[in-house]
Amino acid sequence: MSIPAVPTRGAARPAPYIVSGILIVTGIVLPLLIPIYARLAPTLFGMPFFYWYQMLWVLIDSVLLWICYILVTREDRRRRDSTRSDPASPAHARFGKTEGDA
Amino acid sequence: MSAASVTLVAAATAPHPVNGIALTVVIVIFVAVAILGFVAARWRITPEERGLKSLDQWGLGGRGFGSWITWFLLGGDLYTAYTFIAVPAAMWSTGALSGFFAVPYTVVLYPIVFLLMGRLWSVSHRHGYVTPADFVGGRYGSKALSTAIAVTGIVATMPYIALQLVGIKSVLTVLGVGGGTNALTQDLPLIIAFVVLAAYTYTAGLRAPAVIAVVKDLLIYIAIIVAIIWLPAQFGGWGQIFDAASAKMAATNPATGKPVGSVIPDAGSFNAYWTLALGSAMALFMYPHSITGVLATKSRNTIRRNAVVLPIYSLMLGFLALLGYVAIKAGTKPIGLDGKINPQLVVPQLFLDNFPSWFAGVALAAIAVGALVPAAIMSIAASNLFTRNIYRDLFRPNATPTQEAKVSKLVSLVVKLGALLFVIVMDQSAAINMQLLGGVWILQTFPAIVAGLYTRWFHRWALLIGWATGIVYGTAAAYGVVNPVTHAHFGGSIAPIPFTNIPIYIAITAFVINALVSVVFTLIFRALNVPDRRDSTTPSDYGADEHDPKVVATSETVNELPV
Repeated sequence: MSIPAVPTRGAARPAPYIVSGILIVTGIVLPLLIPIYARLAPTLFGMPFFYWYQMLWVLIDSVLLWICYILVTREDRRRRDSTRSDPASPAHARFGKTEGDA
Repeated sequence: MSAASVTLVAAATAPHPVNGIALTVVIVIFVAVAILGFVAARWRITPEERGLKSLDQWGLGGRGFGSWITWFLLGGDLYTAYTFIAVPAAMWSTGALSGFFAVPYTVVLYPIVFLLMGRLWSVSHRHGYVTPADFVGGRYGSKALSTAIAVTGIVATMPYIALQLVGIKSVLTVLGVGGGTNALTQDLPLIIAFVVLAAYTYTAGLRAPAVIAVVKDLLIYIAIIVAIIWLPAQFGGWGQIFDAASAKMAATNPATGKPVGSVIPDAGSFNAYWTLALGSAMALFMYPHSITGVLATKSRNTIRRNAVVLPIYSLMLGFLALLGYVAIKAGTKPIGLDGKINPQLVVPQLFLDNFPSWFAGVALAAIAVGALVPAAIMSIAASNLFTRNIYRDLFRPNATPTQEAKVSKLVSLVVKLGALLFVIVMDQSAAINMQLLGGVWILQTFPAIVAGLYTRWFHRWALLIGWATGIVYGTAAAYGVVNPVTHAHFGGSIAPIPFTNIPIYIAITAFVINALVSVVFTLIFRALNVPDRRDSTTPSDYGADEHDPKVVATSETVNELPV
């Protein structure tokens, strides 16, 4: 019944998503592997390892997600452009200007 | 001699003499913030849209918040005043297990947000969804399921709003306000604060907390940065602070015969620690107030950019948690107006004891104002759920946007009144127990919402049965946790996995049961050929962005209209 969807994006290339997926899983698993960090030494400014390790992951996760952001948005832009440059696409006519156009 | 004993008596009967300077600072900041809240009604809005006559305008701030505003709004929304009070209180009382898990929780949160929320934003933008239940309803075509999601969201949010009041109350307590003998004068400052909050939320909708969050977050950052630089140096550095904390935690608790707590969790509590962190992280963006913050953003990537920069708040939360240990070393005495020890007063008292009154006032104001931001967003989110998924879906399918906005505004007043009564009439521990249960319940909406973002494989009835099973198990398991000291039920959120003796976070066990039940029943319903309802979303919706055309939908003919 439903009318055919107007594609918003072209086909995906897997690489950026696989790399991002690995980074995301890393960013979830390593801060939760408590057996590897539930200890006192080495201390940093008198703070046990347990505490500074977990707070360090705040910064590491930020960096990981920043990399993911660049990978995913770049691929996203390519997929959008590929839809628009296809003149057969009904979406083509609808876009005036888009952020992605550089 | 006599002078000294008089002072002693005075100190015993009135542990919190009113601190005039700090109180004045708090009141001035509060009034300034209230004015900002009302002015926000005219912020970033075209003249013809004044009066906020649709849910997009009132409940989502016009769906136009960019990266900066979203950073402040979500920061104010997720890191609530209650968090600022409760996390250091837990650290001060029992150490890392019940307190510091908040750090890994708010670390692993952001990869999850990055992964899921872009898709939720896209499909919601395309279809004009305002709530998570709107999405579930559109995806599965089931009002039973969307109502279940909406009711869970409302019920889980109510005690959370009440806890924000607990945050304000602890600030008022250390300032020596609210100690009168009759119930009305005791709670009058709290009632005034909430009437003001209700009034500007009604007038300005989501724009009010968005504007106020900027002020609140800046105040909080100033307070924490100064405290983190100044206080450790005052008390001999982090080494000595941790030594003092270790000594306190190693002592035996006379009530249980076990140590008071632990600075580093032992192997027996590893599973509890990581499941608490993971379960809480999975649950947080199922809460309606978090999703409201996401859907108010301008483009698909706004929330992803924020997943990169929001963790700065987690770093601040980590240091704030450590202030609980600083208070141990500093010998802070968190004594309430009734003369009893109340750990929730630890951080406000620490600031009042160790900083000039005016600066303590700034820090206390930051906490009090910090309660108003999430309380406003939560009440807006709960009202949107009621309006969209109960009032419109079940009773008034043809409600106009103006009617929706009107209903939502009124409901937001009712919701806040409910939260106020909760705190004033009922015991504070009732709100805490309910919030604990709320976390367990809200995670049971995860399978329907998150699986729905990726696949239509699940059957709507299977998800409903899974949801119900998870809620029943989670509630029963939480009831079964008995506080060793008071012997009260709902004594915590950790229970053994059934048929084992491995203690983990109840919400995670309930979630796994929920997911398994959903899978098994989907297989059964598919085998029996129980028909699906129509899915009003298409695969392309999940990648849509700001400038992609919206699906023009009425409640009857979602897919018939041109895209």
